[in-house]
Amino acid sequence: MIKVYVPRDSAARSVGADEVASAIARLPGVQVVRNGSRGLLWLEPMVEVETAQGRIAYGPVTAADIASLSASGFLSGAAHALRLGNIEDHPYLKNQERLTFARCGITDPVSVADYVAHDGFEGLRKALGLSGAAAVAEVTESGLRGRGGAGFPTGIKWKTVHDAVADQKYICCNADEGDSGTFADRMVMEGDPLMLIEGMTIAGIAVGATRGYVYIRSEYPDAIATMKEAIDAAQTAGWLGANLQSSGKSFHLEVRRGAGAYICGEETAMLESLEGRRGMVRPKPPIPALAGLFGKPTVINNVLSFAAIPYILAKGGAAYKNYGMGRSRGTLPFQLAGNIKQGGLVEKAFGVTLRQLVEDFGGGTFTGRPLHAIQVGGPLGSYIPSSQLDLPMDYEAFAAAGAMVGHGGLVVFDDSVDMAAQARFAMEFCAVESCGKCTPCRIGSTRGVEVIDKIVAGQNREANLELLSDLCQTMTDGSLCAMGGLTPMPVMSAVKHFPEDFDKPAQMAAE
Amino acid sequence: MSEKRTLIDLSPREAVAAREIALRYGNKPDALLEILHDLQEQVGFIPEGTLPVLAKALNLSRAEVHGVVTFYHDFRRQPAGRHVIKVCRAEACQSMGGNHLVAMIERYLEVKLGQTTADGAITVEAVYCLGNCALSPAIMVDDRLVGRVDAAKFEKIVAECKA
Repeated sequence: MIKVYVPRDSAARSVGADEVASAIARLPGVQVVRNGSRGLLWLEPMVEVETAQGRIAYGPVTAADIASLSASGFLSGAAHALRLGNIEDHPYLKNQERLTFARCGITDPVSVADYVAHDGFEGLRKALGLSGAAAVAEVTESGLRGRGGAGFPTGIKWKTVHDAVADQKYICCNADEGDSGTFADRMVMEGDPLMLIEGMTIAGIAVGATRGYVYIRSEYPDAIATMKEAIDAAQTAGWLGANLQSSGKSFHLEVRRGAGAYICGEETAMLESLEGRRGMVRPKPPIPALAGLFGKPTVINNVLSFAAIPYILAKGGAAYKNYGMGRSRGTLPFQLAGNIKQGGLVEKAFGVTLRQLVEDFGGGTFTGRPLHAIQVGGPLGSYIPSSQLDLPMDYEAFAAAGAMVGHGGLVVFDDSVDMAAQARFAMEFCAVESCGKCTPCRIGSTRGVEVIDKIVAGQNREANLELLSDLCQTMTDGSLCAMGGLTPMPVMSAVKHFPEDFDKPAQMAAE
Repeated sequence: MSEKRTLIDLSPREAVAAREIALRYGNKPDALLEILHDLQEQVGFIPEGTLPVLAKALNLSRAEVHGVVTFYHDFRRQPAGRHVIKVCRAEACQSMGGNHLVAMIERYLEVKLGQTTADGAITVEAVYCLGNCALSPAIMVDDRLVGRVDAAKFEKIVAECKA
């Protein structure tokens, strides 16, 4: 039997991977494996054939291509217009530093045997032999900072929960990946879900929590299904549930679905939602590490934070720390999105520049027009002009430039974009998705839309720009959480870097 | 569009479904979102009359259940069309002409986002990010994600939905 890999990742499926898989399955002597995606998303559906020369890739393949692929002998890795060669040698992959995504796209995501054969559960095995404090110390040593966007040191969070005394503690994974331009969490859950399970289980053992929840947004039905499948598989194999690998330690994990509220990506709103309530933000303190889910000490981390843990435990915190720059240690799976020729997932150590990501990896814009702006870090992230492409991806360097790395999503825009419209959209989005608990966010966002409309219409332009800046300051200072607090980032960065778009009458006069 | 329902005209089928689903989750109030998802999958929407049934089962107030149903975008209080198409309106899709796609869809189906076609075949809704941002613009047809959507692809999807 010849093994042929066709991704089950929903991005690959969105461009016809299922049809391709069933067409290939009809060929004689073929075994189709549904793997995760390698992250070269512009080449999806990407088919890999296992040969003596390694895994030979073809892409993007449509079901209609199978006849010609078959005729030219793709099952032995033969030449074809769609042949990409040995996928491991592809520069897009070869030039990455894949620690978290080392396995994604190689294995069958829900096969425990496959996972173990590719270094899976080594971190957990190690953690089971360590004291909780020692496991936490390893995470602290790694320098890992929360990958959800805030960049809070994971080790410190875990230590707080570890040191708290309670009859029950919880591990919650925030998989409410609502930021536009991000899909790394989804790719982990669909492509290597056992890694997330392993990371959360290690967290449970380290801090003394026996229960965990993965809160997945409902917009990700495939991720929900794959996570559930992986949890069942891990339980059957004794890597999850009671008495893990006969260690006497237990960890139970459950998937919970979100229901279409962006705000539930905010950790306290997520806790409310997990408790079955409206996703209203809780004031802090108390911090969730001390009084989180059901009032108990709770570790809340993003998918990518938990996904980094197995490597850190298996290879040691120092190995992870070797990557990166300044106080941003390790790697970040960047997501190249929007108007980009070669969109996909690029895991690199911190310090890589925007230019390297969007030009070297991304190959410029999809439309071929000049790159105008990049929004980094989701809908609450700044718009960065093309003049600042040499900014290194580093939490501190970005903060100094009035921007944020966030969850590592890069949305590229060409020169047809109207930045005033983007600023307006940021306010509009905030108005739609605000939980309504605090006034700056609830009211400020609506007033923001109105003020931007006036500016664009040329009504009292100077005074209204001043008013917008004042409103943004109020939202930044007075909002309970990042939703209202960071909406000013895309707005004010657009005003700052692209003032011409806010001066339509002058522009029209000039033309 | 059906008119607003009350407890009195609630069909026993819906009440039984709500009660059974709640029981499946051990009548635990923290599972309310899961229960509502399952109920909507089974019945097609969250009928007004199921709220007191759920409140009683979970030992919550009717107001609390109402609050949750109305807070989350996913839960619909009226039946939708036979198929639901969610169109991404977030930034990555905007950068690839998402706003033009929305305008085209609205003209083609002769409805606005949030409405259902006259034949009841399709409800179109806005969604903010489907996680397919490298293959924008994206839509979701029921539970199926579709990337790189253009006019030809969309026409084909509509034909399938109406078949």
